[in-house]
Amino acid sequence: MTERPILEVEGLAAFYGQAQVLFDVALVLRRGEVTALMGRNGAGKTTTLKAIMGLVSARARKLEFAGHSIAGLTSFRIARRGLGFVPEDRRIFTDLTVFENLEVGRRPAPGGAEPWTPERLFAIFPNLAEMRGRRASEMSGGEQQMLTIARTLMGNPKAVLLDEPSEGLAPVIVELMARAVNAMKAQGVAVLLCEQNLAFASGVSDRAYIVDRGHIRHEGSIAALSADEALRDAYLSV
Amino acid sequence: MDLSFLVVQFLSGLASASSLFIISSGLTIVFGVTRIVNFAHGSLYMLGAYFAATLIPRLLDLSYGAPSFWAGVILSALAVGVLGVVMEVLLLRRIYRAPELFQLLATFGVVLVVQDVVLQAFGPQDILGPRAPGLRAPVEIMGRRFPSYELVLIAAGPVVLGLLWLLLHKTRFGVLVRAATQDREMVGALGVNQALLFTGTLFLGAFLAGLGGALQIPKAPATARMDLDIIAETFVVTVIGGMGSIPGAFLASLLIGQLQAFGILIFPKITLVLVFLLMALVLVVRPYGLLGRPEAPAGAHAAAFGTPLRPWSSTEKGIALVVLAALLALPLLGDVYLIKVATEILIFGLFAFSLHFLIGTGGLVSFGHAAYFGLGAYGAALALKHFGVPMELALPLAPIAAALGATLFGFFIVRLSGIYLAMLTLAAAQILYAVAFQWVEVTGGDNGLVGVWPAPWASTRLVYYYFTLAFAAAAVLGLRHVIYAPFGYTLRAARDSELRADAVGIDVRRHRWLAFILAGAVAGLAGGLYVFLKGSIDPSALSIPVSVDALTMLLLGGLQTVMGPLVGAAVLHSLKDQIMPLTELWRMMLGLSIIAMVLLFPKGLVGAFEAARERFAGGGR
Repeated sequence: MTERPILEVEGLAAFYGQAQVLFDVALVLRRGEVTALMGRNGAGKTTTLKAIMGLVSARARKLEFAGHSIAGLTSFRIARRGLGFVPEDRRIFTDLTVFENLEVGRRPAPGGAEPWTPERLFAIFPNLAEMRGRRASEMSGGEQQMLTIARTLMGNPKAVLLDEPSEGLAPVIVELMARAVNAMKAQGVAVLLCEQNLAFASGVSDRAYIVDRGHIRHEGSIAALSADEALRDAYLSV
Repeated sequence: MDLSFLVVQFLSGLASASSLFIISSGLTIVFGVTRIVNFAHGSLYMLGAYFAATLIPRLLDLSYGAPSFWAGVILSALAVGVLGVVMEVLLLRRIYRAPELFQLLATFGVVLVVQDVVLQAFGPQDILGPRAPGLRAPVEIMGRRFPSYELVLIAAGPVVLGLLWLLLHKTRFGVLVRAATQDREMVGALGVNQALLFTGTLFLGAFLAGLGGALQIPKAPATARMDLDIIAETFVVTVIGGMGSIPGAFLASLLIGQLQAFGILIFPKITLVLVFLLMALVLVVRPYGLLGRPEAPAGAHAAAFGTPLRPWSSTEKGIALVVLAALLALPLLGDVYLIKVATEILIFGLFAFSLHFLIGTGGLVSFGHAAYFGLGAYGAALALKHFGVPMELALPLAPIAAALGATLFGFFIVRLSGIYLAMLTLAAAQILYAVAFQWVEVTGGDNGLVGVWPAPWASTRLVYYYFTLAFAAAAVLGLRHVIYAPFGYTLRAARDSELRADAVGIDVRRHRWLAFILAGAVAGLAGGLYVFLKGSIDPSALSIPVSVDALTMLLLGGLQTVMGPLVGAAVLHSLKDQIMPLTELWRMMLGLSIIAMVLLFPKGLVGAFEAARERFAGGGR
């Protein structure tokens, strides 16, 4: 018997003002799985995440997280259900210290699970440990990216919406991001990963969706996507 | 002037700085998290003073001593904090996403309501508060007597600063407040209940306002005017210090406290002018205040414009002609009183129209437009009274005087945007108000100038009505022409995106400055017409309520429509005319109506009508 997916989306439509930007998006995220949402700039990846998170105006036939509908909930209630969000533009609180940023994200862990602590996160992101008292405005882009992931993990989510963690980062930092995704997976945290970088996505994901102009165009294993040149040419290559 | 005198002046400057800081810190914290400038912050301060002035004597009757006094101060501040919570839950929560103009207007509605509530609950008399037990006797400092209570005040400012620092850095609530000040949406996405956070913030902000008011009681009585007096000063402090910055508010309070303490020696009557000069200087060097940081450039959301302006259709041209014909024919009804009211409506319609041009086309949300109305009125009146200039020459001086004032203030004002700009316009108007009020030799002070009558040929109601109609129609058509001219397009482009307008080579600041001067001149013309209608002028013409009346007219008429302000002026003025004589609670009714309008019809009456029409025309959509 298969377990129900942690996140189920059907018929998701999103709007910016009058303009519709997502059309009938359907996807599932299974427990403990990393699924990539691939697509070019402006394809609708970020909007999909924001729509799930209640951050843009959207409607859906079905929007269920951990077996309960989250449609129409405010983002803080969705977050409290255990769905974490890591925004593409990081949105670090630059006036706060590293430690204070983590404090803002802190939420109690659901029963039984071992909670994320700053110490455990510092083990994944050693750079952060050295600058815990530093103001976030004084960090590099890569360090801010680590902090934004760590901050979301402090909420002890069951699943994370992770928006383009590799964007604009040096290869060595991208390597760290891959380690972070794997660490989440090891903890049992499901990850819905938006990416343009196929190399990064294929290294960490199990399955992939392709989104283009607000529609889901393809669903399959990440290996199949990597192998399918026609598909990559049609929807991913620039 | 010896050293001991300077020391005592310095100390009393420190004491007033402390009070100012305690109040301003509340405003700045609330702004930081909610992005709302709470106009009613001054009302909360006033309530703190009234609560303390009535509560503390009773506590002192029960048990005379310092503990009773200080318990009364804290209890009063706590009560005000609870009122802040009520205000957040009932009102602010519903308008966090509204354009800032509506947020300011709604909180001003609260100001009006509180004014009437205070009058009803505490009576019109000033209430003298008790003095603090144990601190009644002055202390001697370098041979001079100095009130010992002021020493406590001097300490109170830094103590509050220290406690706030601890609260904001050492508690989870404080960390969340600071995070929300930067990015409240992200704080929500991390699972923090913003509603609770905002309510808590309002409690803190209102508590600080109430504390400021309660601490003031041994120094000065609680009066029904202290709300608007303090709010302008508080705005100045937060603008100089930088919005949302508590250390900035502290620094600015210290500067202003000293400026007032020593300014009074040099410039005894109008220390506010010095304060304005300081503010102007700071804003030129650091447009976002001493310790503030730039706001992201505001886009179209600053004033909420949905549909673009379009030229009149033939139907609308027809309506305009019918309205004009009706206005021309109105005196045929022969009712003298009606003619007078109609003249007033024309004048306020013109005034509101000039503000509509500034806000709707220029994107500059002014909260002190009465300044230019008043400048025009005083300009004409002074020319007539002091230089014997006849009406025919004095009236043209009205727009000129207002334009000169707008040129001076506008130079600073257009350097800012959004909420800073609104606060600076308000402060500028308050300064002119203070000048008109205090420079008795020239302006007649509180009594104003009387006997400013039109030339004999224009002195009948009927002639003056047509006279006003001619000027108002010409000015409205002229401004309308400007709105649809390239200059108007340019202003609207800059309004909708300052950055893009700048990038295509538009000198945004210069265009806005010109728009500000033009709007000021038209408001001045309205002021000139007003003074000859009334025959007198007093400082209330420059006051905040007059500015807010004009904004209310826009809100009634709607911002998106060119003719909205005229409709709004007619509605508001007729309502005032009909209802004001019937009730003592006029301000409360006006305040509640403003709040209701902001909540129900954010697009105004004409806007709501147009939306309904569009829905109707759209058929089955």
